[in-house]
This record gives sequence, C-alpha cells and structure tokens, in this order.
Amino acid sequence: MTKINVTVDGVAYTDDVEPRTLLVHYLREQLGKVGTVVGCDTSNCGACTVDLDGQAVKSCAVLAVQADGSEVTTIEGLGGPDGALDPVQQAFHDTHALQCGFCTPGMIMAVRDLLRQNPNPSETEIREGIEGNLCRCTGYQNIVRAAQAAAAAGVPA
Amino acid sequence: MTATGERPAAEIGQSRRRKEDAHLITGRTTWTDNLTLPGMLHLAILRSPMAHARITSIDTSAAKQRPGVIGVFSGQDFKDVQGDVPCAWPVTEDIVIPPAPPLAVAQVNFAGDAVAVVAARSKAEAVDALEAIEIEYDPLPPVLDMEEALKEGAPLVHESTGTNHSYTWAFDSGEAGSGGSIDEALAGAEVTVKRRFIQQRLVPAFMEPRSTVVQPIGEGVTVWSATQIPHVLRVLLALSLGIPEHKIRVVAPDVGGGFGGKIIVTPEEFITTLVARRLGKPCKWTESRSESIMAAHHGRDQIQDLTITATRDGTITGLDVHLYADMGAYLRLLTPGVPTLGAFMFNGIYKIPAYRFTCEGVFTTKTPTDAYRGAGRPEATYGIERIMDELAAELGMDPLELRRRNWIKHEEFPFTTVSGLTYDSGNYEAATDRALELIGWDELGKEQAERRSRNDPVQLGLGISTYTEMCGLAPSRILAALRYAAGGWEHASVRMLPTGKVELVTGSTAHGQGHETAFSQIVADHLGVPFEDVEVIHGDTQAVPRGMDTYGSRSLVLGGTAIVQATDKLVAKARRLAAHMLEANEDDLEFADGKFGVRGVPDSSMGLGDIAFAAFSAHDLPEGMDPTLEAESTFDPSTFSFPHGTHLCAVEVDTETGRTNIRKYVCVDDVGTPINPLIVEGQVHGGVTQGIAQALFEEAVYDEAGNLTTGTFVDYTPPSAADLPSYTTDRTETPSTTNPLGVKGVGEAGTIASTPAVINAIVDALRPMGVNDIRMPATPERVWRAIHGARGGGDRAAGGTVAYGGASTSTLDGGTS
Repeated sequence: MTKINVTVDGVAYTDDVEPRTLLVHYLREQLGKVGTVVGCDTSNCGACTVDLDGQAVKSCAVLAVQADGSEVTTIEGLGGPDGALDPVQQAFHDTHALQCGFCTPGMIMAVRDLLRQNPNPSETEIREGIEGNLCRCTGYQNIVRAAQAAAAAGVPA
Repeated sequence: MTATGERPAAEIGQSRRRKEDAHLITGRTTWTDNLTLPGMLHLAILRSPMAHARITSIDTSAAKQRPGVIGVFSGQDFKDVQGDVPCAWPVTEDIVIPPAPPLAVAQVNFAGDAVAVVAARSKAEAVDALEAIEIEYDPLPPVLDMEEALKEGAPLVHESTGTNHSYTWAFDSGEAGSGGSIDEALAGAEVTVKRRFIQQRLVPAFMEPRSTVVQPIGEGVTVWSATQIPHVLRVLLALSLGIPEHKIRVVAPDVGGGFGGKIIVTPEEFITTLVARRLGKPCKWTESRSESIMAAHHGRDQIQDLTITATRDGTITGLDVHLYADMGAYLRLLTPGVPTLGAFMFNGIYKIPAYRFTCEGVFTTKTPTDAYRGAGRPEATYGIERIMDELAAELGMDPLELRRRNWIKHEEFPFTTVSGLTYDSGNYEAATDRALELIGWDELGKEQAERRSRNDPVQLGLGISTYTEMCGLAPSRILAALRYAAGGWEHASVRMLPTGKVELVTGSTAHGQGHETAFSQIVADHLGVPFEDVEVIHGDTQAVPRGMDTYGSRSLVLGGTAIVQATDKLVAKARRLAAHMLEANEDDLEFADGKFGVRGVPDSSMGLGDIAFAAFSAHDLPEGMDPTLEAESTFDPSTFSFPHGTHLCAVEVDTETGRTNIRKYVCVDDVGTPINPLIVEGQVHGGVTQGIAQALFEEAVYDEAGNLTTGTFVDYTPPSAADLPSYTTDRTETPSTTNPLGVKGVGEAGTIASTPAVINAIVDALRPMGVNDIRMPATPERVWRAIHGARGGGDRAAGGTVAYGGASTSTLDGGTS
C-alpha cells in the first residue's frame, strides 16, 4: 500500500492505495465518485475522463499514485455551489447532446478541455478534439452543437 | 390547485429539453455498477479461451486459497439447479434448441462461454483468482462457416442435437394467398438479377458495460441489472430458476444504452443470482469491455441470396429471398426470431406480385446472435435496397425512376403487401422529393458526370435508400402466429395525487430514449397539467407491476397509447366526481386545460387537483366510488406501425487509395406525429450513425480457430466524431391511423435506412469500373480491392480469416442473367 494525498472536487483526501490501483478505480471505489464511469479497458472510450491539474486525462490510464499531490476535478465537481451548471453542462442539456448519458461525464470533461485550449474551434476541430471519446447514442452531431454553443457562450478559461 | 396558467397551449410537438438530463450531466447517476450493498461480494467470470472443446477437468482448489476469495464455482456446482438460459421464440415446431447452461458443464461452444466464477471481497481479488483456476480442455473442431456447417458429415456444434441446422422458416405468397407464385414469376421473367449480399457480424456496443447486482432476501431476490427488459427478466428468472415470481424484484436503474444488446436474459444474470443465493450474500458482476465484446450477444450475420425479376420496362414481378442466419452457439431469448422478422420487410415499400422468403438458422461456434438495432429489418432493407440498384443497373434505368415505378403511391394506402401486412399510411413521393431538394440531387448528378468525364481520381457516388419498417412491436395475436412465447401489449397507470401532481407508471423501461420527457408531454396535454408536474416511474417491477419493456420502436406507439387510454379513463372518473361536487349532469361538463366547467355556467369550474383532493379526502364521494383519482390501461395493437423515409448519401471515393468520404447525408423521415422533435432528431442522428458504422467501420471477425480478433474497441472500431459528417435531417408527417397519437416510432429508422444508402453510393461511384458490390464494412482496403478486382471487395488482408460469417468468397459475385 502506498499513501497518497489528492484533492478531488475541492476536498483533500489522504488514502492508502495498492500501487496498481487506477485513478478511476480509486475515484469510484474508495471515494465513491461514481459519476465518473468505466466504459472500456483499452483507453479508447474516454468515459472516465477527468481533469488532473487542469488537463483532461483518461483516469483509466493514470495510476492513483500518479495523482499524489494533484488536484482532480470530476463531473461531480463542476458547476457552482448553488447548483448552477457549468456552461458545458448547460450546453449539453440545451442542445440535447446526450441520450443514455453514459459517455456524458467524460464527454463534458473533454469538451471543457478542448475549449480551454481552443476557445473558438471549427466543426472539424471539435470533431478531432473529442475523437478520444466514444458515444454510441447521439452520432456526435449534437455534441458538436453543444461545444459550439458553449464556445459561443464564452467558457471561462 | 393545478397551475394551468404557465402551461403552453400544447406540449405535444414542443422540443422540450429532457428531464432525464439533470442527473446525467452532473454525474448523479445510478448505473448498476455504481451500486454498493453492505457485505457485497464481487464476481469475476472465467471464460473459455477455445471456440469448441470438451472440459476434461476443472480444479478450483488453488483459486479458493487466494486472498479475499469467498467462493469459486463451475458448472458442476450448479448443474442441477442452473437450468438453461431461455429462448422465448421457437419459430417452428421442429426447431432445434440445444441446451444452454449459464455455466458450461461438459463442453464449451464459443470463445467466451462462461466456465467458472469467483466471488471475492473485491473486484481485483476476484479477477486475480481467475488465474488460479485450472481447466483442461480437449479441443473440438470449430464450426465457423454456415454453408460448410450444413454439409453432410460436418463437425457438429452440439453433438446431442445431431445437426447444425436449427430451423427453416418459410413464407410463400402463393401459398399464403397474399400474392402470386414465385416459381411462375421466375420461369416467366424478362429480366432476372441474382445477388448474394453479406450482412457482417456486428457488436451492439452499448456504452455502459453490462452489470448485475443480486441481493438474496429470504426465498427471493432483488436483482438490479443493466437490462432493457426488467419485466421479462422477472418472469424468466421465476420460470427458469424456480424462484417464486412474487418474491423477485427486478430493477433496471439508469441503463446506458441497449440497441437490442440488453434485450436478452443473460447467462451472467443467472450466474450472479445462483452465486448470491448459494453464498447468501449480495453479489455484483460487471463486465469489462473486452468481455462484453466477446460474450454479450452479437447482431446481424446473414448470407442473403436474392433473386428479383422484372419486366424490361422496370416493373417488378417477383422476389425470392434465401437467408442463412448465424445463430452462434446457442439460442438466446429472441435469436431465431430476429432474422425471420425480415420476412415482412424484404418487400419494402414496393408492390411485388410474387414473393418467397426462406430462412435457415445455423449453429456455429461463435458468440450467440440476437437483436441489434432494427433486428431483422435492417438486413431486409439492405437486401431490397441494394438489389433495386442492381436491377436498375441491369435495366439501364435510373434507380430513382425504378423505385418510383414500383413503390406504393400515397393514394393507395392502406395497402396490403405481398408479405401480408397492411401499411396504414405513408407518402413516399413527398419524403423523396424533399430529400432530393435538400441534397441538391441534380447538381450532384452533374458533378458526378463531370468527374467521370475527366477521370477524376476522386469519384462521386450517389446512394438512395427508400425504406419502411414495421414498428410498435407487437400485436400479441401476430406474435402468437409467429410462435413468440409472450405478448406485445404495454401498460400504463396514471395517478393524480392529492396536491395535483401526477405520477405516471409505465411499463416502457427507458435506457436513454427520453421517455420521461416525451411521456410527460403526453400526460400534460391529456390532463391539462404542467409538464413539470408529471413524474414518470419506470424500470422497477415493484413500482411498475406490469410492462413489456423497450425494444422494436414500441414505446411511443404502445406505451404512449396506453398512457392516452389511462388518462382518458382518469378524466372519465374525475368527470363523475366533478359532476357530483358541482351538482351537475356529467353530460353538461366540459373538460379543458385541466378543469371541468358546467356548460353555459361561468365561474363553475373545478380543477383536476381539487377533484383529486376531494377523492383523497373521501368526505363526499358518489355512491360506490373508490377514494382515488387514478386509472390504468393496457394497449395491445391490432397491427404494426410503418415509419418510412428517404435517405440520400453523396460519397467521394478516392479510387487510388480506396478511401471514402461522406460529403453529404440527407434524411427525410416520416415517423408520424412527432411528440418531441428534438428527441426525434437525436434518435435519427444516432440511428443513421450506427447504420453508417455497419457500412464503413464495424465487423466482428473470427480467425480460423474461432477466436474473436476484434475483441476491443481498438479492433472493433466504432466510429468517433472525427469519422463522421453532420447530417441534414427533415421530416414529413403522415400520421399513423392506427393509434390515437398518430405516432409510428423512430428508434430504429436511421439504422435501417442508412446502411444501403452508403453502400449504394459507393457502388454507384465505382459502377463504371465494373464494381457491383462492396462487402461491408467498406474499408479503404476493400474498396481498393473492389476497384482492382472489379469484384465484391475480397477478403480482408489477413489471409485465412473468416471475416464475414463464413460465406465463401468464390460465389460472391452472383452475377446477372
């Protein structure tokens, strides 16, 4: 077991983890952050995407021990304390960018990351920017719209 | 009490944002795998690494010693109690149904068959212990090629059945009296076109891996499962495992997509139940993605041999269809019935005088097949829409003109087809005209001619798909005729609470469709209450005692109609109570905007909420009235509904590299009256994408030994956003005449329509080069090979692979006569 200190969604945690524990399993099983989900075992689907020190990562491709000393934001940590939605969350709702919703937490985290890097992406840039996240329901068209709507609304960097 | 002031004039037809989104976009979800119960154990399943083998020994003793392990079980441990994973659709009297034990006992029949299960304190410990289970296998020859499997002396998947042939299901319009003799049509044909089309094997690939949690409680169990069919699962757990039905509760919490992939009762649901009961502890099983791709059922996988006959002027005279349908190793819940549904759809939107359909179900040592989005209908639509183009080429006729000449005209509805179904309504002309206009068909045609004339390395192809489908599965009497074990009705109950809020209880269990939103819109209009005041309850057999669940584009057509009927009954009861309270005659009451008023007496109105409170308080009810304001109803349709539409696709094909690029995709769908246009459009986007994925990207491939070689998302390649264009969607609205909402269903339409539109476009681009088919998925390599061999696309690069369900390539071309 290895001791790690991680801040997740604004709360500091100190935990013992097996060195082989993936960040996503730490989040789900030890912290109960089950909003972040596992969709594959080859780092293809991106459903587990979270923010690690300001950068989107697939939390199935990061060991929990690698997050030691880091700040993690999951889908559960977005939005204001008053329940206000993050602009990307709001855009997903407004443009019907989700159906079953399983890919949605990762997709929202990926779109936020994309817009941080490129606040005004073209359709092609959006499609390439979220290429690492799979969705089986929407055909991506409304996810592209959501990214465009959020960009138009001016997501804070 | 009912705040009607803020309600829009009509909820139906509004693009309401979904109620479902709030918890999904914030991660406050209830996926089955999120569930943790005190003392819960975690299961991991050991799967066969071989396609076909006898199990000669199993030793679980070392695994039992591993840290955290509480129990290890093989088929031997459950052989007297585990029963068989059920098949509910024995399509013929003499169908062969092999034993299908949830855990293999003596033999494994596909790579991925479950052979043992570990229960441990953590998932990691359970998975670790799998390595310590010792199993010896005595290999048997794999059975991979359907035509080889049917030959005399072929190795058998199941020795005890004596055959690899499950059933032959046939329909003949001459015998049925719904049309003429196909033999006469074939004998007297002026033009005959024969083709063999391959429907490759596909993986439904829902995003949420399957998961089941079982909590044993006394004699009974509570089962949470990522399933489309909690109600069906409850009945079948009772019938198969002997658990008293009234002691079983099944919950489908948030379910992350299904597409037919969660429509069956799974071996893993049985295994989790058996282990939880044996150990007396709650148990959770959640699959990995690779486990899912290997062991959850697959879809499609047919060899289609089609013969179409016509007169020289392009009037179709007959259609003869023969299918080999790969069942895989076992018959799951609907396996045999899925391809037979195609019987009613191969004739498509056309007037075909003579028709025969023969389907042979064949066992192989592959993952079992079952429903995948469209289930039998995409296969049929592909067959007819592809061969229409081939017939047009043979006749030297414009494919659009050939379709116009043969389709049912709008004034000819209702129309009874050669396969015996009566299409209630439609307007193929209107949808097609709109689609042609939206895509700029004539301009694209000019560009195509121009590129051809200058031998541009990038050619342009234009593809058409004019489809219909049968939705609203299904009338119980027709299901009985098709030998399906259950009915096809749907149930709803509506409760007006004392404070004026409404609970709708529906048997249509959602897994991403947006039922809560669309159903709320229906209730809001029919009761005159605000959209926000309706709570939709679904997916728990304890809260929803009756239901037939969700598949076959049935929720709105059947579930929606049941809701309308229930609200009508509720209003009728409220009318009786209102008349009593207002001291008026029921016939003198008008109901509008959620209020009853006495005709001709201003200020006499009474809202449903007030009536509900009066019912609740029960101080002064009419003689014999129950003190509730609720009503329930079941709807069993008399027929199917028939969405239709026209999808057009313009594809650029780089003839030097074989790369294809969808430049424009236009679809005009007629799904009847849309309840929520935003949700309709979303369903079309997703459906079209899955059909394009079949055409261009996806295939489950087995090697010569019967190993699945596309067992991860790296290899199976479901498309990402970067692989796809945006689509142009539009609708025509021809209301269905067979239900009060005028709805037809939309869940499967896009998938059914888009696959042939894409392949027709690619073949159209390359037809001048002698290409008359491209095997799916039309990868750059296959397209390149088709160009260079002027054939159907050849095998995949890996020599010796059985890439498409086992059909031999040598007969692929079919040819014309």
